[in-house]
Amino acid sequence: MTQDHLVDNGLLRFITCGSVDDGKSTLIGRLLYDSKAILADALDALAASSRKRGLEEVDLSLLTDGLSAEREQGITIDVAYRYFSTGTRKYILADAPGHEQYTRNMVTGASTADLAIVLIDARKGVLPQTRRHMTLASLMGIRHVVVAINKMDLVGYDEGVFRRIQAEVAPLVRKLEIPHLQYVPLSALKGDMVVERGVNLAWFDGPTLMELLEGVDLDARDLDAPFRFPVQLVCRPRTGGLLDYRGYQGRIESGSVAPGDAVTLLPSGVRTTVRRVEFFGEDLARGVVGQSVTLHLADEVDVSRGDLIAGSAGAPVPVRNLDATLCWLGEKPLDPGSRLVLRHGTREVRAKVQEILGRFDLQALESLPASELRMNDIATVNLRLQQPVAADPHGWVRSGGSFILVDEATHATVAAGLVLAQENY
Amino acid sequence: MTKTLTHLQALEAEAIHILREVAGQCSNPALLFSGGKDSLVLLRLAEKAFRPGRFPFPLLHIDTGHNYPEVIAFRDRRAAELGERLIVRTLDESIAKGRIVLRQAHESRNRHQSVTLLDAVDEFRFDCLIGGARRDEEKARAKERIFSFRDEFGQWDPKNQRPELWNLYNARIHPGEHIRAFPISNWTELDVWQYIAEEGLELPSIYFAHEREVVVLPGGALLPVTPLTPVSEGAVSVRMSVRFRTVGDISCTAPVPSEAGTLAAIVKETATTEITERGATRLDDQTSEASMEQRKKEGYF
Ligand SMILES: Nc1nc2c(ncn2[C@@H]2O[C@H](COP(=O)(O)OP(=O)(O)O)[C@@H](O)[C@H]2O)c(=O)[nH]1
Repeated sequence: MTQDHLVDNGLLRFITCGSVDDGKSTLIGRLLYDSKAILADALDALAASSRKRGLEEVDLSLLTDGLSAEREQGITIDVAYRYFSTGTRKYILADAPGHEQYTRNMVTGASTADLAIVLIDARKGVLPQTRRHMTLASLMGIRHVVVAINKMDLVGYDEGVFRRIQAEVAPLVRKLEIPHLQYVPLSALKGDMVVERGVNLAWFDGPTLMELLEGVDLDARDLDAPFRFPVQLVCRPRTGGLLDYRGYQGRIESGSVAPGDAVTLLPSGVRTTVRRVEFFGEDLARGVVGQSVTLHLADEVDVSRGDLIAGSAGAPVPVRNLDATLCWLGEKPLDPGSRLVLRHGTREVRAKVQEILGRFDLQALESLPASELRMNDIATVNLRLQQPVAADPHGWVRSGGSFILVDEATHATVAAGLVLAQENY
Repeated sequence: MTKTLTHLQALEAEAIHILREVAGQCSNPALLFSGGKDSLVLLRLAEKAFRPGRFPFPLLHIDTGHNYPEVIAFRDRRAAELGERLIVRTLDESIAKGRIVLRQAHESRNRHQSVTLLDAVDEFRFDCLIGGARRDEEKARAKERIFSFRDEFGQWDPKNQRPELWNLYNARIHPGEHIRAFPISNWTELDVWQYIAEEGLELPSIYFAHEREVVVLPGGALLPVTPLTPVSEGAVSVRMSVRFRTVGDISCTAPVPSEAGTLAAIVKETATTEITERGATRLDDQTSEASMEQRKKEGYF
């Protein structure tokens, strides 16, 4: 490439979580501002908006307001995406605002995130919401969590406050699966320890928030995970020199693949080997997670959109009965009679919620009996499927264990699902 | 261990996946192609998604009649090189049919485009339009979905969009409704230029620095002098080296001062620019903070 980049550390997707007024918008504004992602004219517009509201300083939190209806009401109600780059890494930030629809928004933002920043107001310490945020991050399979203790300027940049909050968080996360957990004290408003170290938190010798983001090791786990390739399209041009061309187009959702690898087609269970991994006319020695490629198989087999090509070792078993954790996203509660479609990878099958096994209480961190599913509820359910689906437990293969439910009548996306380990395998 | 993807490779792979989902889920999509840089990136991504097969959709251009001739010539040449079908529908036809009524002969045609676009959707019964819009372009777009739902009037309702989780997109619609799909939602202007440079994509010449007669407006914006936009009474035009960061309707797309004559120079300039793409180049957007959102609701792209 021609520009001045020496390294390209890829793309990191992250989410920020916080209760109202913890300083989430200010922190996002600070990250964008200090990484120079805000251009002069946008900053002028920001200054003008700030003045219109009678503010003296430029309010960085106004940057993250999107739609006019919300601006008028002074609230944000949906996930918004922000972009910035440090020259070595590009960042996509999912900004999921709080309020009533919080769970729904956070689950949506978290579904694509590699990392979550959980904000805590240094004056308030751990709140019930903090526990919710950590639990949801862990539930959604986010492996990197940064606990950002904000507004340190309002507690005199006191190390004792930071240590106390750190000690409050520790027992909370013990029950959760969060492999990479880090803490950072900061002031989003003044900028200390966000991008610049500042001088006020000199007692802290850990990395700044930005250094943490820059240092995250991407993909390592997904790359070593089993190979999963949902078939999107079959390419059969049937013209000229391409009479026998038959390629399976899709994206490598986990693991990697090379010519000669043994694969199993699902749900049929037919086994074959990979002949070529093609990308835009070129043969790859190995295709890796995240890449959109075209696969060629050794045998003439029957494959179409909706099928899954999986590494033969540890290939998932197709099932018509599934236990899963659902996050209900629909405005209307689950109606036991509604016709649902489950989409897993590129496969769609009719589905029915057979039984609600329990609703998860995000405060108490325990499952309680429930007979209903409403928006923002998290519950474990048993699903019956009309056709078999080859799914992985979400804790094992993140992409292979995720699905959505769509209402066949309204076409609304009504639930996000995480496949649980199936006891009857 | 195998190296992970660079940021451009990751964005490219995501866009290819989205294009293939459109092809897999929609029965009659079209790709909006203007000859501009974002849509040229879409064409390269479509090649990578579908070759050696044909594109599973035609290209569609809504021609305002106020385009730079270089761009239109480029549009036709590129479509022919690819051997793909190009459908053009013009605002002039819509005006002749009385579907669009202009208040002034030379007014900006930007906001009238939605009429011609939605008429084309009806005419061809398209169920999905693929566009090159990016979330970083404007505040109101930051919450836009990758698969954005439009009702039977072609309207976008911010409250009626579907949550998008993982990369599981839901393109289901009822008859008469359609989807707008944005494969490069997650790209920034810099990503686009870096990708064009890396792929060595050809662009219409006006994207590169050239001498042009312009009027410098009080705010600093440059108004190109064309038959449509002659020098007004009392104004003075000057010749200077400029390039376009975005090309669209002549009456509302402004060039920026630049000496950048190569892709590498443009990438460098973009990486260090102080002004957003829309702020620098759109003359009609600056009236109201919420103007973009208003136009989206009306069915504008
Ligand atoms: N003193 C101080 N105030 C802060 C800090 N971060 C945010 N605030 C203020 O806290 C209030 C809420 O911040 P905002 O970013 O809107 O919170 P959000 O609701 O989480 O998005 C605003 O008045 C901010 O100026 C900080 O680090 N120090």
